[in-house]
Amino acid sequence: MEKKSFVKKITGSREALLAIILIILFAAITVVSPSFLTPKSLMDMLKNNAVTMVMALGMLCVMLIGGIDISIMSTLALSGMSIGMLLKYEHISNTFLAFVIAMAIGTACGFLVGMVISRADVPPIIATMGFMYVFRAMGYLVSNGGEWAGAAALGSFKNFATTKVLGINAVIWVIIVCYVIFFFFMKWTRTGRKIYAVGSNPSAAEVSGINVKNIKLMVYMIMGFLAGLGGALQVSIYASAMPDMQQGGEMDVIAACVIGGVSMSGGRGTVIGALLGSLVLATIAKALPLVGFDALWQNTIKGIMILVVVVVNVILQRVADRNALKGREM
Amino acid sequence: MNKKLVSTLLCGAMVLASATPAFAGVADGQKIALVGKSAGNAFFEIAASSFKETVEAEGGTVEVVYPEAATADAQIKVLDNLISQDFDAICISANDVNALQAKLEEAMDAGIKVSSFDSAPNKDSRQVFVNQAGTVAVAQALMDAVLDIAGGEGQWAILSATSQAANQNAWIDAMKKIMEEDEKYSKLELVEVAYGDDEPQKSTDQTAALLEKYPDLKVICAPTTVGIAAAAKYLQDNESACKLTGLGLPSEMLEYTGADDEHSCPYFYLWDMQGLGKLSAYATSALISDEITGALDETFTAGDLGEYTITEADDGGTEIVLGLPLQFNSDNIEEMAKLY
Repeated sequence: MEKKSFVKKITGSREALLAIILIILFAAITVVSPSFLTPKSLMDMLKNNAVTMVMALGMLCVMLIGGIDISIMSTLALSGMSIGMLLKYEHISNTFLAFVIAMAIGTACGFLVGMVISRADVPPIIATMGFMYVFRAMGYLVSNGGEWAGAAALGSFKNFATTKVLGINAVIWVIIVCYVIFFFFMKWTRTGRKIYAVGSNPSAAEVSGINVKNIKLMVYMIMGFLAGLGGALQVSIYASAMPDMQQGGEMDVIAACVIGGVSMSGGRGTVIGALLGSLVLATIAKALPLVGFDALWQNTIKGIMILVVVVVNVILQRVADRNALKGREM
Repeated sequence: MNKKLVSTLLCGAMVLASATPAFAGVADGQKIALVGKSAGNAFFEIAASSFKETVEAEGGTVEVVYPEAATADAQIKVLDNLISQDFDAICISANDVNALQAKLEEAMDAGIKVSSFDSAPNKDSRQVFVNQAGTVAVAQALMDAVLDIAGGEGQWAILSATSQAANQNAWIDAMKKIMEEDEKYSKLELVEVAYGDDEPQKSTDQTAALLEKYPDLKVICAPTTVGIAAAAKYLQDNESACKLTGLGLPSEMLEYTGADDEHSCPYFYLWDMQGLGKLSAYATSALISDEITGALDETFTAGDLGEYTITEADDGGTEIVLGLPLQFNSDNIEEMAKLY
């Protein structure tokens, strides 16, 4: 009896299914390459995917209200490049201040995006495509037309990504803190629940007194804030700021959410889902070169694996839904 | 009959064209248009500003023009515009090998000299190409660096950009060929060519995978600026015994370059962009003054760079090869990092 309910619990939850897929992935890779499952290798993996992981939280919020944001990596480049240049030309030297500036720039970008989407009612994909070009170009302008800020120019800022606190890299702490905050925010705060409400039924949310426009604006600002944080992390982790950084990376963030079971049409998705989704993506990225596929095949296999994970997840979810429904009918 | 007429006309045009600069030479100096691939390439701009300085020091003027986008179409628009103005020469870094031919021929027919550097249009579209460093010269320098850093034997790997990048593949193929042909490289084992797609994130994953797969790896050679910086960071942070060389930007590599164990990269290479700009300026100027025509075996003096001879290029046209790539090591990197 107890065993049955456990099985039911597992198949009933999309997150649990995803966790199982992740464990299977881990096991398969470890068989091929035993060095994969060492603490160092896992820490490396988290650090190298910190940007995607943190920004997946913002994308989760955006996708929950049925939106999408493809300008995020341009925001990342603009904010990262800005602090890179400020550090390079010694206008600032404080690491904390650099993070604050990057996050402020990101939030400002998100505010603009949010205003255009929520007030002018421009479809999110069009609005953010516009801003994708605008912010990327601004990133180039800030960089004096293509300059880099290299490791030597970044002073002590880059040390952030090599600092360890309680044996764990500071970058990984950032991931942990972000996920813990968002877990509580989305689940137990009024604002968090409003995001879900707007996503599952905007008109009902409107009628019940939620200011849908403001929620939309806020969601894009959260995304911008995290993109700014991502910019600072990117510059710190790779000790280099380039105006073309993470070009095309928005697709990874969106993919992480979709793998994690976040619905493209809004209303459905969880913080745990985003976490598992970005972990699956990170694992694939880490594993492909280890397993040793030919370079041209690596992207193909990455794409296929993403599709397989999503399809398996959707099918299992459908089975689970049907089972749940069966229970109700009885 | 007709042919004769045309050729007479052409000859006339050429005489006129070559006479014009000589005529106006003293007062106005040479007027050169420098056409880049696209705006926003700091690397190209080093060569462009060196080009400009050199010409201006000789009393000429240079207008640096960038197309709206990094495409051949956009460059054609720029060229259209330039041909209608009274430029003596156009020096171009081409976005496409063949697509510019008609426009550049039109320019040459109009008496404008056409030189090229950085990236060449096909042999019929130019009079001469200034090549930063021959493919073989780069490959030879890198191979010798690998041999030296590995201490004569052991495993090494290449971290490239994308598997389709033409220049990367040309260097890699040349390196493999050099390794096969000379006995002294026989104890080196190239274990893998990995591709980081010129993304820091992917390059880091690839570097980590190389180290995990080949624990005895001695050297990674990354002939790409993004790849080498990402690998340098990873190796240095992890205090890896594996060392690094390749092609990189000094300002990006300053933190990682040094002969001791604390640094991941003993030395690396890059062509001399300043020298490239300078040599291109002298070559273009020599074309205008008819000192050279771009034919094989012609020689000219490029200021303090010395004497250069025009040689045959891989595509059957002619080129002037700047020379060996520059080595950056702990002695010169601080100074060079200010430039690049």
